[in-house]
Amino acid sequence: MQERPEVDIEKLAMLSRIQLTEAEKEAYSAQLSDILGFFQKLQEVDVEGIRPMAHPFEVEPDLREDVAAEPWKAERSLSNAPASRDNQVVVPKVVEDA
Amino acid sequence: MGMDQSAILEASALVLAKALHNGEIASRDICQAFLDAAEQGDSEVGAFLKLDRDAVLASADASDKRRASGEELSPLDGVPVAIKDNIAIEGESLSCASKILGEFKSPYTGTVAGKLLSAGMIPFGRLNMDEFAMGSSTENSAFQKTRNPWNTEHAPGGSSGGSAAAVASRFCPWTLGSDTGGSIRQPAAFCGVVGLKPTYGRVSRFGLVAFASSLDQIGPLGRSVEDVATLLDVISGHDPYDSTSYPEDLEPASVQLHMPHEPGTLGMPKEYFGEGIDPEVSKHMEAVADAYRDLGYTIKEISLPHTELAVPTYYIIATAEASSNLSRFDGIRYTHRSTEGKDAIDLYYQSRGEGFGPEVKRRVILGSYVLSSGYYDAYYKRAQQVRTLIRNDFLNAFKEVDAILTPTTPTPAFKIGEKTEDPISMYLADIFTISVNLAGLPAVSMPCGLTDDRLPVGFQLIGQPFEEGRMLQIAQAYESAHPFKEQPEIASKA
Repeated sequence: MQERPEVDIEKLAMLSRIQLTEAEKEAYSAQLSDILGFFQKLQEVDVEGIRPMAHPFEVEPDLREDVAAEPWKAERSLSNAPASRDNQVVVPKVVEDA
Repeated sequence: MGMDQSAILEASALVLAKALHNGEIASRDICQAFLDAAEQGDSEVGAFLKLDRDAVLASADASDKRRASGEELSPLDGVPVAIKDNIAIEGESLSCASKILGEFKSPYTGTVAGKLLSAGMIPFGRLNMDEFAMGSSTENSAFQKTRNPWNTEHAPGGSSGGSAAAVASRFCPWTLGSDTGGSIRQPAAFCGVVGLKPTYGRVSRFGLVAFASSLDQIGPLGRSVEDVATLLDVISGHDPYDSTSYPEDLEPASVQLHMPHEPGTLGMPKEYFGEGIDPEVSKHMEAVADAYRDLGYTIKEISLPHTELAVPTYYIIATAEASSNLSRFDGIRYTHRSTEGKDAIDLYYQSRGEGFGPEVKRRVILGSYVLSSGYYDAYYKRAQQVRTLIRNDFLNAFKEVDAILTPTTPTPAFKIGEKTEDPISMYLADIFTISVNLAGLPAVSMPCGLTDDRLPVGFQLIGQPFEEGRMLQIAQAYESAHPFKEQPEIASKA
């Protein structure tokens, strides 16, 4: 029987910035616990001295020359914004009244 | 005109290009034939999220005009190509089959789509997929199910299920998909078409909505090796807008395909032929190995000892990268915005809670877990170390073999609904394809027959880094000796 790690679903929902319903919390807790149990076989591998691999090929990032270019017009950047005004995204108030 | 509708639907993309060149047919004829087929058959299959007849025909007319005045942009000018809905073209939808992107219209054209347009190819609709390419059955689309054209009770595979089903149904000669853990090859196998995942870095990711950035690649699906090699060459090449794009010039795969070559050695990894393989898949794999022996190839048993670690390693790395990549969908700048948010922070929670589907939520949360303080070393860092071991398995194997031969999937297409309640069993559907993404290698899935129930079976060839040309020579040797001539009933109805 594989170990089934504990899952603090409230904390994970907070880290993920996702609102979950009670039913989702219950379902995901059980499923994540199963999946993490399934991940346990990695704990048995001897990885001493093995280099972690972040990308398939270790090439130096190929950076462009730092040359000025024409930026997008605001209207283009805002073309999918759910709310905008005066070339800016409108968001709910984030500053408390004094 | 030289070709009637059924001849057009049956032709390979290259045959269509040649007919255009010879003036036997117009792009409008080609596009009309495929539009008619798709409009008639797609209510049963559900491959397309969007297909705008007027826009396609307007592009076709523009192409015909260019050709009439001798100004065609490339030999492929006027050939249609359908595109997965996570590849950006300015002014077109880019929903990733997610409610959070709903009516999003891309404000720019990515590198791959730009190359298609520069070649004069006709964008032919937007294809269904698992939401954000997360899934193996296309059932995670927020908008519709795609059905396997061979049997509509079965899934087409995923995440590029629309891309594979459209080719198999003869709705389009070829398509583009994306492959993060098998998302081109597994649906190609389930639908009986050819699907190619390029070496990581061969094709630009600029304009591909990121799922797992160290694994994602765009690739072609089609009905022949030569077609996918040709489409690969169109979309390949260094891109200053993708820092992980490979900087050296590479020999075009379609050129290499026609160069003389000798049969070589193929390795069959013993770990891929254990329990869990459907007996009909095993039977077809034996026939494929025999076919290669008949062609003069040497078949050798090899070992990839870390194979059983690939699925957990993949799901740690892919979900970690996804949780980071998907943080951009915040309800603020360009996505669905909830009307429930009490304040700016709550708006994130509500918009993402409403906008993401169950599998995306599951993976983002899982990714947050493996990256969170206290678990990072035990999960994420360890998975990256095991990834090195998995890649080294392949590099060792390639010291003795030219390519690796495996089944693409352990079973033929499963039924719709069969695995949706059990995430782990769905994850295991990718067991033979995901190591390739972890190692960054090229691989192709080839159709090799049908089961007794008339579902396709595919085999996979895994090549050495940037050796797509050699790998496709080997694939084509099989294809020439054993052409896959079957087609689903839905295709022959048109």
